[in-house]
Amino acid sequence: MNLTLKVWRQKSTSEQGKLVEYKVSEISEDMSFLEMMDVLNYKLIESGDDPVAFDHDCREGICGMCSMFINGEAHGPNRGVTTCQLHMRSFKDGDTIYIEPWRSAAFPVIKDLMVDRSAFDRVQQAGGFISVNTSGRTLDANAIPVPKEDADKSFDAATCIGCGACVATCPNGSAMLFVSAKVSQYALLPQGQVERKERVLNMVKKMDEEGFGNCSNIGACEVQCPKNISLDNIARMNREYLMASIKPEN
Amino acid sequence: MTLDAKIPSGSIDQKWTKYKNSVRLVNPANKRNIDVIVVGTGLAGASAAASLAEMGYKVKALCFQDSPRRAHSIAAQGGINAAKNYMNDGDSTYRLFYDTIKGGDYRSREANVHRLAEVSANIIDQCVAQGVPFARDYGGLLDNRSFGGTQVSRTFYAKGQTGQQLLLGAYSAMSRQVGKGNIQLLNRHEMLDLVIVDGKARGIIARNMVTGELERHSAHAVALCTGGYGNVFFLSTNAMGSNVTAGWRAHRRGALFANPCFTQIHPTCIPVSGDHQSKLTLMSESLRNDGRIWVPKFKEDAEAIRAKKLRPNDLPEERRDYYLERRYPAFGNLVPRDIASRAAKERCDEGFGVNSTGEAVYLDFSAAIVRYGKAEANVKGLHNVTDAEILKLGKKVVEAKYGNLFQMYEQIVDENPYETPMMIYPAVHYTMGGLWVDYELMTTIPGCYACGEANFSDHGANRLGASALMQGLADGYFVLPYTIGNYLADEIKTGSIPTNTPEFDEAENNVRKQLEGFFTNGGTKPVDYYHKKLGKIIWDKCGMARNEEGLKWAITEIKKIREDFYKNVRVPGSMKGMNPELEKAARVADFIELGELMCLDALNRNESCGGHFREEYQTPDGEALRDDENYMYVAAWQFTGNPSEPNLIKEDLIYENIKVSARSYK
Repeated sequence: MNLTLKVWRQKSTSEQGKLVEYKVSEISEDMSFLEMMDVLNYKLIESGDDPVAFDHDCREGICGMCSMFINGEAHGPNRGVTTCQLHMRSFKDGDTIYIEPWRSAAFPVIKDLMVDRSAFDRVQQAGGFISVNTSGRTLDANAIPVPKEDADKSFDAATCIGCGACVATCPNGSAMLFVSAKVSQYALLPQGQVERKERVLNMVKKMDEEGFGNCSNIGACEVQCPKNISLDNIARMNREYLMASIKPEN
Repeated sequence: MTLDAKIPSGSIDQKWTKYKNSVRLVNPANKRNIDVIVVGTGLAGASAAASLAEMGYKVKALCFQDSPRRAHSIAAQGGINAAKNYMNDGDSTYRLFYDTIKGGDYRSREANVHRLAEVSANIIDQCVAQGVPFARDYGGLLDNRSFGGTQVSRTFYAKGQTGQQLLLGAYSAMSRQVGKGNIQLLNRHEMLDLVIVDGKARGIIARNMVTGELERHSAHAVALCTGGYGNVFFLSTNAMGSNVTAGWRAHRRGALFANPCFTQIHPTCIPVSGDHQSKLTLMSESLRNDGRIWVPKFKEDAEAIRAKKLRPNDLPEERRDYYLERRYPAFGNLVPRDIASRAAKERCDEGFGVNSTGEAVYLDFSAAIVRYGKAEANVKGLHNVTDAEILKLGKKVVEAKYGNLFQMYEQIVDENPYETPMMIYPAVHYTMGGLWVDYELMTTIPGCYACGEANFSDHGANRLGASALMQGLADGYFVLPYTIGNYLADEIKTGSIPTNTPEFDEAENNVRKQLEGFFTNGGTKPVDYYHKKLGKIIWDKCGMARNEEGLKWAITEIKKIREDFYKNVRVPGSMKGMNPELEKAARVADFIELGELMCLDALNRNESCGGHFREEYQTPDGEALRDDENYMYVAAWQFTGNPSEPNLIKEDLIYENIKVSARSYK
């Protein structure tokens, strides 16, 4: 198929960017979206132009690095998939496709479609862990049974890949879905209880400091999350936060 | 040069204990004055960085991705082995040790492997304490499944995302130390040279991938936890950015590279669909717990299937060939990866392949769906259930176990694997070879360590499934934190290491010269042009089957690619700022040199073992034929300045605890 691409080009964080039009031809519907971008870049390099910079690594939907806003949707038109898992069979010959970076105050553009998501790392550093040293001298793994339902819910929250689609798609640039997934993973496990209150307070504080907006219950994050992280996590985090704020001494 | 693996004396099950009891320590006050650089933040790197920082060392951790959490360990699917014997099926440390040595076709080091088996159980305890949500049964206890090459269930898992959960666990431990200021995190940084002062590793040159600047970082020790080199094949299940550069630059500085020809071709990957493909996707080995592998028994059926005149579901049982169950009745579909891959290739080469390219076999879940459906009906006390209801119940169970894998498959292939059997074919997945290390995980450069897939030590000529995660975490959590002290105990008086020295100047200039050369050569061809060309040669001649003639041809061709590459590659842009093509060019330059070494190593090893299958050396029924008399050694290669003329240095492998015999899974 033949396509028209309108791609966001921006040389660096401080420079102005704009949409630039490119044509690509002979795109197979079996290609992934990023393989289509490879075709474009190969052509650009051969003709002496600067290829489009974009983040990507595993190309199997798990590393969370790819991050394109395609036709106004984070990771494109399909649900429950990352950009790298989006295939060209989801488009038609002759389509015009708009490709933009994640847009959020907390995620400055580095170049073209690449953004800086290190704010997520810093939120994690503020409390996204259980304080146990790696001695190997911990309890036997089966010493504390965990109800299967809790373990499964904790796992579902933990499958967040930290791609930032939730922030990109939120009109407020809120990171509540990301942060709440981490808070929930630990809140649901016995191992996470000791630091439960501190954790949610510290992570939320850091989240606000990093410039992420507030949640106003729109729910777009859940819709466009490639890993189907549930809004229930946000409700849980609000509860955790409230409990921790009311009775900080316990 | 002779190699000393520094294996402690004593009986195999006492070596590690004895070592830990007698190894030198660094006191806490001195640790604060010692810098350690950890390159790479996958399972080995993140766990090493976290552990070393907890101990009190000052750690710098580098990753080329935008966050440590993206390292490719994240993509490991099926599980992690540990000798816990929770299933009460006769597992033990010795059995894990034995299975790993045998699985590696008797080409790994006994002492290292035994240590790995010993610490395996601690890994699970540690991860659970960190909040890793492993799969549990209804009693709330941990669940296990089976992987290839074993007859017990010792694999812990978190659905098809075990690597993700373990890496996020290590990343959380690391994040805690970053928050405390004990780790300085350098994301979007790539190591491009190792700096050696007075024979010791004293730092690195790294490129800041955002600004483009070359940076000098000094340390008292450098740990390379940089993964494998599977991307030398261009198409592999590795991430696009996975590369050998850190390890290769250390090799050029004197670290020996061991067994480069030992590469793992994984049997169950989604087949190649066309020339546009940029990478391949694995379907976890855990699927072989429940999936049965087959091709049509008769060529006319295979032809009809390829022509889409016949649907696989309509082919009756008696016209199917479950070739693994037929050839290897004792292990069936759970034979080790090298054997399963070769068997698939053999059937496809004979004309029984089932997709349009003829390079695919079926992985079929229909029997498992029915089996689980019936069990589920019993559990729920349902009687007189229809076949359709049983299928529905069974699909639910399969979805709970492998849901994300089935979804990935459907995304890529556009077929529903619950309804039609998956099509799979072998693809490059893991590299057993890597930097030579001794028992302490130190390379031949003092102060330079290699952990995880980046070293060669534990998997011999073939790695068993679910053992990569085990090794990465064992090295980072439980081995390096002990062994590094033995070296650093001599460094307590060194003080901080200056970077304004001739050695750092030389290394930085060396990197700058190479990178600048890419912009001034007047070339016209994109980096990928060379990478694809190199990958095809290595896949064809140094892939699942190798022979003398092919390897010699490949070596000549790779030399030509190397010359042409420097003359004609085109890298747009400049040294300044973000430049992904420049990053790729530097990596491919190293892959080209490594590719030649792989072929030289494969040519030298006149035997077949594990993943290294030389067509000249096979049994009458097509199994690998080892030559223990002449090749029971680690081939460690020394860089001489000319990539085509490395020196071979041998480390003899001595088996005192396991009887070396022909490897049989029949």
